[in-house]
Amino acid sequence: MSSERELRPVVWVEIGKPIDFARQTFAVAEADVRKLIHDPVELFTRMVQPILWLLIFGEVFSRVRAIPTGELRYLDFMTPGILAQSVLFGSIFYGISLIWERDLGIVNKFLVSPAPRLALVLGRGLSSTVRSLCQMVLVFVLAGLLGVRLRLAIGPLAGVIAAVMLGSAIFATFSLIAACIVKSRERFMGIGQVLTMPLFFASNAIYPLSLMPRWLRGVSAANPLSYQVDALRGLMVVGGKSTFGIGVDFAAMFFVLALLLAVATKLYPRIVQ
Amino acid sequence: MDRHTEKAAPQSEHTESAATAPQAVQAFGLTRRFGQLTAVDHVSFAVARGSIFGLLGPNGAGKSTLIKMLTTLLPPSEGTAVVGGFDIAREPESVRRVIGYVSQMLSADGELTGYENLLVSAKLYGIPRAERRRRIARALEFMELQDVASRLVSHYSGGMIRRLEIAQSMLHRPSVLFLDEPTVGLDPAAKHAVWKRIQDLREQLQTTIFMTTHDMEEADRLCDRVAFLHRGSLVLEGVPRDLKAGLGPQASLDDVFLHSTGASIAEEGALRDVIRTRITTRRVG
Ligand SMILES: Nc1ncnc2c1ncn2[C@@H]1O[C@H](COP(=O)(O)OP(=O)(O)OP(=O)(O)O)[C@@H](O)[C@H]1O
Ligand SMILES: [Mg+2]
Repeated sequence: MSSERELRPVVWVEIGKPIDFARQTFAVAEADVRKLIHDPVELFTRMVQPILWLLIFGEVFSRVRAIPTGELRYLDFMTPGILAQSVLFGSIFYGISLIWERDLGIVNKFLVSPAPRLALVLGRGLSSTVRSLCQMVLVFVLAGLLGVRLRLAIGPLAGVIAAVMLGSAIFATFSLIAACIVKSRERFMGIGQVLTMPLFFASNAIYPLSLMPRWLRGVSAANPLSYQVDALRGLMVVGGKSTFGIGVDFAAMFFVLALLLAVATKLYPRIVQ
Repeated sequence: MDRHTEKAAPQSEHTESAATAPQAVQAFGLTRRFGQLTAVDHVSFAVARGSIFGLLGPNGAGKSTLIKMLTTLLPPSEGTAVVGGFDIAREPESVRRVIGYVSQMLSADGELTGYENLLVSAKLYGIPRAERRRRIARALEFMELQDVASRLVSHYSGGMIRRLEIAQSMLHRPSVLFLDEPTVGLDPAAKHAVWKRIQDLREQLQTTIFMTTHDMEEADRLCDRVAFLHRGSLVLEGVPRDLKAGLGPQASLDDVFLHSTGASIAEEGALRDVIRTRITTRRVG
């Protein structure tokens, strides 16, 4: 046996693996993005909710000044919350596509491939972030038109993109886990509906933590959405302040995402069993 | 021989044993239970390299469950199998590298084009960019799908989808290909086209093919060996010609099944399973 042959596997393991992993992750996301390009209707229907919230709820509550938000105008205060909310509502039902594709036999094809399960899960999370970034563009345009003072420098903008992507991946992965557990479309829809509203209202999306009763503040601190909103509030609008600190927000989001990815990777093969 | 030479290198011992082993698939007491139901019950058999092996049985016999265990989609409740030289329970990643699988359902993605379906598969199997283009072009040509490659698969006919799926499952040149009812719901012309591709694959690439079917004519024409599964158990196995000859000059494979189980393949099967097959068939049609 030549020494060359003995060396090659080592090189392959060290360099080939991460490249393959990235390629497989992107392949999963690419499949989904290509579908979106063939049929972008979904992107438009997703625009309705943030428009309603900003245009109606935001405008009205800015006028009545019912919610104390310091020097910040209420509309400026809630814009990051509405961005986070549209990311949440857009990603939390993502798992239904997994059930749908399972019923069609498409998931089998991914699972018999040598792609690591983590790549399959991460790829789906990644494709969800693509959709959420489209919504982010819409919210920025809309908020700009409504006179919200947005921070458009590269640094804060990069931070906003990162927070949107993390939040999207978190809720999409959470949704995949739910899909792998309940396995049927009907039960999944039930769970999705039961969860979204509490996640939204038990967060700082449309009112500050200081306004909440003590118990709700506790619940809110355990809600990943709060950290996403908090980061966005500190990064997105002029005069906006983060309560927990941007570093804490991102650390919390990374931690939750890592945890969810680990669970989803374990459960993913069960969707076809 | 471009069959993943670098990839196989880390497990060179296994690859060597796989290359010399005469068996592509060996099952040892494979069993799968779903609650009270034993869908596959202590099944053991071997499939020779380069052969076409047919698994026959009525609806609900356990054919798909058996194939899902062999392709690592479903963990066995008991027993194990060696596929392409690797143990399905201990080395599932290695098994996945050397197998291809086309499920009973139509698994090509209808919302993507034929080309995109192949592209995604090629990337999942880590086929390098330069090689990818060449293999996809060849696969499309082999399956006679070049003209429709850029059309959405939802506009394909059932036969075209099946050919696309087989092309997808062959891009990485697997040594064992699992086909779960490859011709269910296809019209005679489409069926013959799929049969021809299956035979070509075996002849040109020496692929071992493990397929399931209810179709006795299909089994008779394609398979070197067949095995009958009845309520989860393997009741009979052999060369189709010998099995029929054992019964008499006019005997068909269905007669053989009837003789060994007291039931006809066409008549067995719970209502639920028949409905399931009909649904699949409708989707194919
Ligand atoms: N995930 C599951 N959970 C519970 N029961 C299952 C599951 N999958 C299969 N079964 C049951 O196991 C038995 C064998 O099913 P299987 O799909 O393997 O049969 P089959 O031989 O492929 O039938 P067909 O010809 O209809 O495809 C059936 O009774 C089926 O209802
Ligand atoms: Mg079946």
